[in-house]
Amino acid sequence: MNRAIRHVWMAAVAIFAVLLLALTSIMFFQQRSLAADPWNTRTLYEQFGRDRGPILAGGDEIAYSVPADGDYAYQREYRNAEAYAPLTGYFSPIYGSTGLENAMGEQLSGNSDSQFYDRVMSTLSGDQPSGASVEMTVDPELQELAYNLLAGKKGSIVAIEPDTGRILAMASSPSYDPNALSSHDSAGVIEAAQRLNSDEAQPMTNRAISGDLYAPGSTFKIIDTVAALESGDYDTDTEIPNPQNLELPGTSTTLPNYVGGNCTQRTEADLEFALNNSCNTPFAQIAMDLGQDKIRETAENFGYGQELDIPLSVTPSTFPSDLDDASLAMSAIGQYDVRSTPLQVAMTSAAIANDGVLMRPQLVQEVRSSDLSVIDSFQAEQMQRSTSTDVADTVTDLMVSSVDNGIANGAAVPGYSVAGKTGTAEIGSSGTNDSWFTGFAPADDPQVAIAVVYDDVAVGESSSAVSNGQQMFEAVLNG
Amino acid sequence: MTAAPTRGTPATDPVQATSTSTGPVQRRRRITELVLLFVAWAIGIGANVLIDPEQAMASPGHVYRAAAVLIAGGLVLHAVMWFRAQYADPYILPIVVALNGLGIAMIHRIDLLMDATAATNQVLWTAIGVLAAALVLVFLRDHRRLRRFTYISLVASALLLVLPLLPGLGTEINGARIWISIGGRTFQPGEIAKITLAIFFAGYLSTNRDVILLAGPKIGPVRLPRFRDLAPMFAAWLVSIGVLVLQRDLGTAILFFGLFVAMLYLATGRLSWIVLGLIFVAAGGVVASQTFGHVAARLDAWWHAFDPAIYDAPVGGSRQIVQGIFGLASGGLFGQGLGQGRPDLVSYSNSDMIITAFGEELGLIGLGAILMMFFLLVSRGFRAALGTPDAFGKLLAGGLASIMVIQLFVVIGGVTRVIPLTGLTTPFMSAGGSSLLSNWIIAALLLAISHSARRPVVTGPASDQDIAEFQAHEREEHERAEMLESERAERAERRRARQEAARKEREERKARQAEDERKNATAVPTTDRADDAPKKPAPDDDPDVDEPDLDEPKTEPTNQRPNERKGATS
Repeated sequence: MNRAIRHVWMAAVAIFAVLLLALTSIMFFQQRSLAADPWNTRTLYEQFGRDRGPILAGGDEIAYSVPADGDYAYQREYRNAEAYAPLTGYFSPIYGSTGLENAMGEQLSGNSDSQFYDRVMSTLSGDQPSGASVEMTVDPELQELAYNLLAGKKGSIVAIEPDTGRILAMASSPSYDPNALSSHDSAGVIEAAQRLNSDEAQPMTNRAISGDLYAPGSTFKIIDTVAALESGDYDTDTEIPNPQNLELPGTSTTLPNYVGGNCTQRTEADLEFALNNSCNTPFAQIAMDLGQDKIRETAENFGYGQELDIPLSVTPSTFPSDLDDASLAMSAIGQYDVRSTPLQVAMTSAAIANDGVLMRPQLVQEVRSSDLSVIDSFQAEQMQRSTSTDVADTVTDLMVSSVDNGIANGAAVPGYSVAGKTGTAEIGSSGTNDSWFTGFAPADDPQVAIAVVYDDVAVGESSSAVSNGQQMFEAVLNG
Repeated sequence: MTAAPTRGTPATDPVQATSTSTGPVQRRRRITELVLLFVAWAIGIGANVLIDPEQAMASPGHVYRAAAVLIAGGLVLHAVMWFRAQYADPYILPIVVALNGLGIAMIHRIDLLMDATAATNQVLWTAIGVLAAALVLVFLRDHRRLRRFTYISLVASALLLVLPLLPGLGTEINGARIWISIGGRTFQPGEIAKITLAIFFAGYLSTNRDVILLAGPKIGPVRLPRFRDLAPMFAAWLVSIGVLVLQRDLGTAILFFGLFVAMLYLATGRLSWIVLGLIFVAAGGVVASQTFGHVAARLDAWWHAFDPAIYDAPVGGSRQIVQGIFGLASGGLFGQGLGQGRPDLVSYSNSDMIITAFGEELGLIGLGAILMMFFLLVSRGFRAALGTPDAFGKLLAGGLASIMVIQLFVVIGGVTRVIPLTGLTTPFMSAGGSSLLSNWIIAALLLAISHSARRPVVTGPASDQDIAEFQAHEREEHERAEMLESERAERAERRRARQEAARKEREERKARQAEDERKNATAVPTTDRADDAPKKPAPDDDPDVDEPDLDEPKTEPTNQRPNERKGATS
């Protein structure tokens, strides 16, 4: 019988070993994935139990926590909420978090690795651990102006400091009120979320960096111009055929220049004339001449195809591959399957403005712990060289001419030299356009590069993209 | 069988006991127990303070109550063992006190979150459990006495299990009808039934072990037991399983089946039977999952715990398991710290799911330590089983230790998704009076058996009481032997009388024959014997008569001796 007792004891040993292994698997190896599970409200409860750090713009608290009664110790609130919603995101007990609330969540809640010492100290002292504050790079005046310019319409405005990559403004409209989603009233939060999600205008999408992206339209001609100049086959004197209609190889369709514009005045055009008046056929021919690989490579030099974390996650802009000549011609004028974020378009202008060097766009200026010591601060970082200084200078001149003499003249700011490019992209057969403006100012010492886009502008309706760009420039230059 | 000399020998022992009292102290290990008790109090009471030190300062009522019960309970049992079970295992009591204290702390901690008062109840039941354990140790001088209650235990088990089904008495909570309600308080009789069932299994198997092992037919390499030898076992098992299926308590059904299998193996060492049994269970499990909705739901919640449809299922969903796993995971290696987690997010976190609460707040290291305490406790149980000389004690200790192992496996395996989650309590920790009471009784039984395992068998010092008891026992044995002896003597007397009568008859007959011969005067001596031969087996129908008696007519009638020999050997 003793043998049997020993055997049963050994079975007990095996059982305890299995239990310990199972516990180790869950509590150690799967710990992180389980903590990140969307059903794990525990993580959220823990976050809501903390004094989460504020998100600031220009020293003002945009998102901040206030003590609350009820299930959670703190309630998140937002000031001037709709203007900043695409940046801050929300911090909801039901839907989790988005925007900087999510991307900087560890720092805001005090959980980042660099806050380890603070956590240990607060554990020892028995204080409630509190999170770090996150200061954004955005200029509150510009951000609020941008949002006001977009008010009532669908669109986005992005402004970047060309020589640092600091994002000065990033607005998206329509926007939403994160307060409604961050409330502790579950029913109200769910109702608000359902209303926002069923809104066709998709107010919770940050159009500047995500969503369905835009066809860049004629703003893509900046990249065509760079490609042409880099190839050595073209310079500012090269005369390019400028037919009113270009027959697309292998198809029965034609690519026209805009009928109402000045392009019809010439059958041959140099780059300046073509860019000033945004003629389509010369750029289609340049693209077919250089080949799709050259165009794509140039686009990628400006940031196409790259994922970015600013630290919000940016959907990569795309230039299609495996194009036939007809599709390439269409792509060259920013149609077909070319897709850009407004941020990408602003980055293109910023790289031209910064002598061909693309700075990594960033949204976070500084992270400070609750005792105000700096945990992390902004450092300008070169992302890549987009083109040579010479080419950048030439393109700058062409874009200045476009404002001075061309159809982008609405962007002119008296006393300053402004570089710009308009764009219009047809959206399918809906009869509406996406209307663009991008540029930078002052051209000789760029302080800001911007991109403005409006969705679904009716054909023929004058777009305010250019004038909005002008107002943004004015705010920077004269503000 | 000589009673007089044995009655004399222990009389010298009291002298020995007093003179050598310093020697055996180490071997009794009561001091070890006392020292370890201080450690256990530090853990158990410390945990009650640490869950919320500020609250403990502000309103220390709970901490005082818990500390009082743990300290008094530990001391009472310690003292009882000084007198009643000096050689009991020194680790069992401290481990149990520590586990019980930790359990009270966690229940109180969850009370604070939920605004409940389960801890007060738990402290009260701890006191009751300690009292019950003390009574067991005081009145159960020798665990072998329980063997007398083998069949009473079976009946008691059946009654206890049926109680909750009685209308008016039984109460259904969360779909399981395993509680009885008396005066607003609920009690789970099944918790006590696990002890009575273990006593029955131990008693029955220790008596019938050999028959079960050897009497059955051999089919191939497997010798099966005869059905009639195992029938009471199966009856016990069927009643418990049947009742539990009716009561929809899967966890306890698994526990009882596991106990049955473990004790059958402990008694017989036949692995093949266990394998056969498990095959039957597997088949039964498949049938159950097909026929019982709640069993199928349990399996789904186990396999597809992270499936949204099952997670959100209104009944029998996996939310509890998944939230429990989140709780464990949030503990990580070091835990959130006592009082720092959110164990209230898991339903039943102070009873069935208390392990996840400990995992969350003490981490893998803390929970591992608790598991090690349980492992040590269980191992001491098996150690007692190894040490005790009697088969009944071995089976009972092994069975009780097995109960704890199975319970832990079902509970922790359930929350970690090793097996489907079924409701069972974590011994000594989960909130619940019946569970606490039965586990304290189990601890007391293990202590009693471990005492008999470690008690010196031959030369140990004996107390006056030991001696008195031994003498009483001897006297009893002697009286029984004398009674048997006199019965035998009586029977022998009767037989002797009968044989005497028969002999006289034969002699008379012989005398008559001799007279006849003499009368006839013509002697035929050679055929004389042959004529007598058929008559030799005299009509001797006494059933008590042994073989030698058959020859007796031929020999001298000195039948006293064989009878005496027979008496001596029996």
